[in-house]
This record gives sequence, C-alpha cells and structure tokens, in this order.
Amino acid sequence: MANTTITPTRMVLNQLKGRLKTARRGHKLLKDKRDELMRQFIDVVKRNKQLRIRVEDGLTAAFGSLQVASAIMSPEMLEQALLYPRQSVELGLKYKNIMSVNVPLYSFTTKNNDPSEIYPYGFAQTSGELDDALDKLARVFEDMLELAQVEKTMQLLAEEIEKTRRRVNALEYVMIPGLEKNIKYITMKLEENENSTKVRLLKVKEMVLQDAHHYQM
Amino acid sequence: MGFKALGLDTCPAANAQEAKDALRRLTRESEDYAIIYIEEGLAQQLSAEIDKFKDSPTPAVILIPGREGSIGLGQSALKAAVERAVGTNILGD
Repeated sequence: MANTTITPTRMVLNQLKGRLKTARRGHKLLKDKRDELMRQFIDVVKRNKQLRIRVEDGLTAAFGSLQVASAIMSPEMLEQALLYPRQSVELGLKYKNIMSVNVPLYSFTTKNNDPSEIYPYGFAQTSGELDDALDKLARVFEDMLELAQVEKTMQLLAEEIEKTRRRVNALEYVMIPGLEKNIKYITMKLEENENSTKVRLLKVKEMVLQDAHHYQM
Repeated sequence: MGFKALGLDTCPAANAQEAKDALRRLTRESEDYAIIYIEEGLAQQLSAEIDKFKDSPTPAVILIPGREGSIGLGQSALKAAVERAVGTNILGD
C-alpha cells in the first residue's frame, strides 16, 4: 500500500489510527478462529481416516460375500431376491455450527427396527451367503453414514480454514504494515510542517523586532 | 446392488456418461438427496462434477470402493482436504 494519495492531516491520521486498531483486533480474532478451526479440523481428519479405513474394509468384505452369493445363485434369482426392499431409510438432516461453519448432522431412522428385517426375501430360495453379505452391508452402513458426515464436515472446514488463513495473512502482511507506513508518513509530515512554522515565526519575530527598535538578535 | 436391500435408492451406471447424468439428476431434484455414494472407479472420471459439491453443505458426495476393491481415491480426497487447509501434508504419508 504505497498509497501516495493520502493527505497528511490530523483528521486522516486519526482515521488511520482507528483503522489500524480495528485491523489489529480483527487480525487477533481471526488468528484465534484459525487456530480453533485447525484444532477441530485435525480431530475430524483423524476420525475420518479411521472411518474411511473401516468402511473400505467392510465394503470390500461385503462385496466379496455378495460375489460368492452371486456365484452360488443364479443372477435372476439374486435380482429377484433384492428387487423390492422391505427396509427403508429416512435420513434426517440438521446443521451444527462449528465456528460459524454449518456442518451437516445426519440422523437416520429405519422404518423397521428389527435388524432381521433387512432381508427382503424368504429364506427358502436364497443361499446363506446372501444373508451374510447383507448382514455385513448393514453393519458397515452405519459407519458409511458417519463417514459421510465427517467427510463433509472436513471439506467444509478445510474451505473455511483456507479462507480464514488468507484473511489472516492479508491483514498481517498487507493491511497492517500499509497502515503503519501511512501513519508514519503523516506523523513525519506533520512534524516537518510544525518545524517549518516554528522557524518561520522566529524569522518573522526577528524582522519585526529589528524594524521597531533596531535590535540585533 | 446390495444397498437396495438396506433401503437406499440405487442408480446403476455402466459408464462415465451414465454416471454423470445420474449425478446431475440426483443433485437437481430439489435437494432430495443429502448423501450420494459413488464408486471410486466412476468417480475418477467425474472429478470435475464432484468437486462442484465440495463447498456446499448438501449433498455430500462420498466415494466408496467398488467391487474391485479400493483404489485409494477416497484416501486421496482426505489428503487433498488437509493440504488445502494446512498448505502441506501433515499426516505423514
């Protein structure tokens, strides 16, 4: 901010001082916000990492079982067995506020609470491997839901941290030094003016005195 | 396929184009879906579409490993988010 258009007056000086104060306070607040966001973010990232591994392992296992089931049963039978779900999931969506970032909170309610209700078919014509696969899938599903929540939270926090970090840096390295420089410029200019006024007055006094009494100072 | 038994809506997509259409349809229907799970193999070809939802609260587009097992794309999304926030990878791997 090599701002050359500022006028070196006391009014501008006061304005600049006010702005500097605000900038300093804003900088401090944003820095705190960034630190707190970062702390939360690290927690979320750790949780996300755990869940991600768990979900990926669980799903791989479930898909493996499904593969076995599809090897045993005919594809038509399998499709028929899974054609119409008996279970249905309602996903509730709420928002939680973390440092002014709205992150989603999912809550899900299943229509049937009985865990055995996930099997949308009779047991007579299907193989046990299919039951196994669905059981694994149902178990991993809760983790998947939490993963979705944590991952979205992570993404939103990451965005907010990036924004906050930019603001902190802009204040710290651009705004505040610029304001300080301008304030310094004005104070120096004002001092200079004061000095020249003083010198001029001395000179005038000398001339007046010489005129009146032929004094020699 | 198995997810249908859990009560989720499934959209089969054989290739990237179908997946793209399905994703657009799901996200357009007046925000009826809060979470969309997509297989990593398909997500790979749709990264531009998926990145659009990164900064909006809904929907959450989550990558899951496909039938062939994980190819590490979900993990890399985590790394990308960390790098974005911190500026460097602090997870140490």
